[in-house]
Amino acid sequence: MTGFLHEKELSRRTFLKGGGALIVGFSVARAAVAGVARAADSPYASNGVDQYSVDSWIVINSDNTATIKTGGIRQGTGSDTGLLMIAGEELNMDMSQLQFVMADTSVTPSTGKHSASNTIKDAGPGVRAAAASAAQALLGLASTQLGVPVAALSVSKGVVSGGGKNVTYGGLLGGKLFNVRMPASYNMVGDPNSFPFFTGGILAGQAPSKPVSDYKLVGTSPPRIDIPEIVTGTGVYIQSIRLPGMLHGRIVRPRGQAVYGFGAPIVSVDESSISHLHGIKVVRRGDFLGVVAAHEYDAIQAAAQLKVKWADPPAILAGSGDEFKGMRALDSAGKTVTSNSDLGFVAPNNGNVDAALASAAHVVSETYGWPTNVHTPIGPQCAVADVTPQGTRVFSGTQGAYETRQQVAFVLGVPESQVRVTACAMGGCFGDGAQYFDAAQAAALMSQTVGAPVRVQLMRWDEISWGQTSPASLMDVRAGVDGKGNLVAFDFTHFYPQYWTDDLQTNAELAGLPRPAAPSYPSGNFWPTPMYNIPNNRYQLKSIPLLDTWIKVFWMRGGSAPHVTFAGEQVIDQLAHAANMDPVAFRIQNVTQGDDLLNQGQGRDELLTVLNAVTSAAKWQPRVTASNLSDANVVTGRGVAWSNNDNTKTYAQTAVVADVEVNKKTGKITVKHVYQAVSSGLAVYPGGIENQIVGGVTQILSRLLVEKYRYSKTNVTSTDFVSYPIMRFKDAPQVTPIVIQWSSRVPFMEGVGEPVAMAAAAAVANAFFDATGVRLRTAPLTPAHVRAALKAAGVA
Amino acid sequence: MASKLKIKVNGLVHSVTASLDTPLLYVLHNELHLHGPRFGCGLAQCGACSVLLDGKEIRSCVTPVAAVSGKAVTTLEGLPALWAKQRGTAAAAPALHPLQQAWIDVQVPHCGYCQNGMLIQATDLLSTTKNPTEDQIRTAMNGHLCRCGTYPRILTAIKQAAAVMAKGGK
Repeated sequence: MTGFLHEKELSRRTFLKGGGALIVGFSVARAAVAGVARAADSPYASNGVDQYSVDSWIVINSDNTATIKTGGIRQGTGSDTGLLMIAGEELNMDMSQLQFVMADTSVTPSTGKHSASNTIKDAGPGVRAAAASAAQALLGLASTQLGVPVAALSVSKGVVSGGGKNVTYGGLLGGKLFNVRMPASYNMVGDPNSFPFFTGGILAGQAPSKPVSDYKLVGTSPPRIDIPEIVTGTGVYIQSIRLPGMLHGRIVRPRGQAVYGFGAPIVSVDESSISHLHGIKVVRRGDFLGVVAAHEYDAIQAAAQLKVKWADPPAILAGSGDEFKGMRALDSAGKTVTSNSDLGFVAPNNGNVDAALASAAHVVSETYGWPTNVHTPIGPQCAVADVTPQGTRVFSGTQGAYETRQQVAFVLGVPESQVRVTACAMGGCFGDGAQYFDAAQAAALMSQTVGAPVRVQLMRWDEISWGQTSPASLMDVRAGVDGKGNLVAFDFTHFYPQYWTDDLQTNAELAGLPRPAAPSYPSGNFWPTPMYNIPNNRYQLKSIPLLDTWIKVFWMRGGSAPHVTFAGEQVIDQLAHAANMDPVAFRIQNVTQGDDLLNQGQGRDELLTVLNAVTSAAKWQPRVTASNLSDANVVTGRGVAWSNNDNTKTYAQTAVVADVEVNKKTGKITVKHVYQAVSSGLAVYPGGIENQIVGGVTQILSRLLVEKYRYSKTNVTSTDFVSYPIMRFKDAPQVTPIVIQWSSRVPFMEGVGEPVAMAAAAAVANAFFDATGVRLRTAPLTPAHVRAALKAAGVA
Repeated sequence: MASKLKIKVNGLVHSVTASLDTPLLYVLHNELHLHGPRFGCGLAQCGACSVLLDGKEIRSCVTPVAAVSGKAVTTLEGLPALWAKQRGTAAAAPALHPLQQAWIDVQVPHCGYCQNGMLIQATDLLSTTKNPTEDQIRTAMNGHLCRCGTYPRILTAIKQAAAVMAKGGK
């Protein structure tokens, strides 16, 4: 089993595996790393990992394999495979010789939070620095042992050869420590001000790492390391962690969260209502309520049957049917905050938009909307916590083990050093901030109360109706083009609930702990036109503070980027149509002229490359959109859109061509085929990126066509896959992924998880216009919505 | 009240103690430590918990353990042996069912949590429809949800496995 962690590091314990279970038997024996004692290690504490020590990152095993402690996590993106490829490249080892270890606050170095498509970009340099340092040390040892100068040695598959002799890494160091420290210039702790993100390590090609021209493994597509155990059922998810004496807990909350800040005030709990169930313990801390039982199904029944009276929530939410009206009302009441930036995302404001639009040949002025969505991973959040007098151990699905440690320490009121968090594979995440701590905090509170390890898994209704939600966008757009088809102005106003902050801790707040002074900030804001050269721009973010106003929201795969691209790229398409131009030619004519906002790269080159690649693959025939309209009931159309992720977190470009079929009578849109090309610098793991394209396109089309989170004026009413449907198999598109490989874009190795979900929705909407001549400006594009739009336009 | 029950899972008879109404999923997961079937919704809506009962796909999250008495349960872990039996080979079970192999070859999963149900449902489909059309595959698989967006590659993998199985696994 390659996937699970620390079997060697935690050899003090008894690991008994059965059918993919992980049974962890705690003992007080001393810690060991590959047979080397580490007295400071503890199952119940985080004693600090030396980020500069090569031994913190890499263990060479006697069997000539290497265990790579990347600080990374596993959520199905393939970035774990990518990190191993970076290590294997420097070490000159094969994938079959490498084992991946997930983040653990006591065992692995920290490479920060793994989110916002950042694993390869942020953790990659750390892994590269350690692996290059390890390779240097191993060559030095081999030189001494073989009596051959380092310059005369070569390495393949962990076997060092030179002077007619050879020795394996395992033979040189197996089971022993490197005792090598990396120099301060590698900055292996990163910038503390950037927490939770890691900024250390060395970039591709930087000495002592390999020249990129020598790469053999990076840039190839080996099979993903975790897929064999997924398909055999032997993979260890957080849901299959089991500790001796472990009890099962369930959270008891009203079905559907209310406005953020209200919580769920308990009026009364009638414990006699579950007296017919045996061995149930009710755990209460303020308004945090849970049940614990020896058997999982008993806990489920107890949670369902426990009679609780909660205070009625206030009827102050907009309601999902009126969420855009609600945003306008809040703005009129002076409750929005106007800015043109959030944490690190600054949109340009320049020129004179009003004057430019007044003299434009064609102007589009309209409003777009994207509804509230929810992450709803198929594997509900889960954690196991064991709170003991010696300290606390937590196993959790998480994107940030160190953040989870912070949140658990907070809810328990103990120092972070007395909490150890081990990250485990998750059944989906997509940026669900609650994955970090909702289940972990609940398990910790329950374990602290009952004095035994407790496993908490959310029920589906809990996951959907109390999860972090993805905020809705309301977008007012005005844009114009001159008589020659040149964009002259873009005016964009974005109404968007605030978020950020991992401090929205539902269970901590229910337990009566103080909420942060500023629980939300303007965040997740993207601007729709970094692909274009536009002389006059105005971008306004009108953000909505959450407290006592909106439901809890958080980042979901790309923040608002899919929303603003849905709006912006439809507006661009209309301007191309107004200018009587092919939409691809229009984009090429108006492409951004120089460097990107941060002077990081050459957005223009990448944009033209992805657009060329995708139109070639799709055999794009230039013509004006909607120039082949038909009176038939079933019509087809083709649309294009693109995106430019151009910010401090991600630098990636995508272009999409989508083919759709529309049944005018039923209103059904069938997406037949989506082509997407992606540029992300030097692609470490093209096969992984291809898979991300397939999934990212499918998921964003689910959000485009089907999804809308439901809530009333008082509380959330989406609780399951009936009240929050997602795309089904029958509607899945065919997807053709195209990965651009830039060997010349060193050292850029960027993430793609978010960029691949940005432009497909707009391409489908543009294809719908091509098929029908009608614009759909509000998602989801359900059959009822489509029928109404076609009827209003007199098309059907 | 807990009862003593015998259930047949992956060819072996197990004695378990559980109340008769306990959904099969919790017995498989917590008593037999089989982690192929997984809790997704507890409502028979998503299919992450699917197993085969006498060869037909069922949702173990809503099937009382008492209901499988006298029947044969096959989980994801039992698919290689099931394939060996279908081929009529007495030899040791192959490491992988052709569907599992196709899932690896096509690199289907993202997080993989739902893939248990996908593989179980596809096994059910190919046991009755040797060479399914794309429409037949989409219809058969429509009750299984994936949040990561792996449907397109599942479609490819099922076609690939069907071709391999039609040739007897060669």
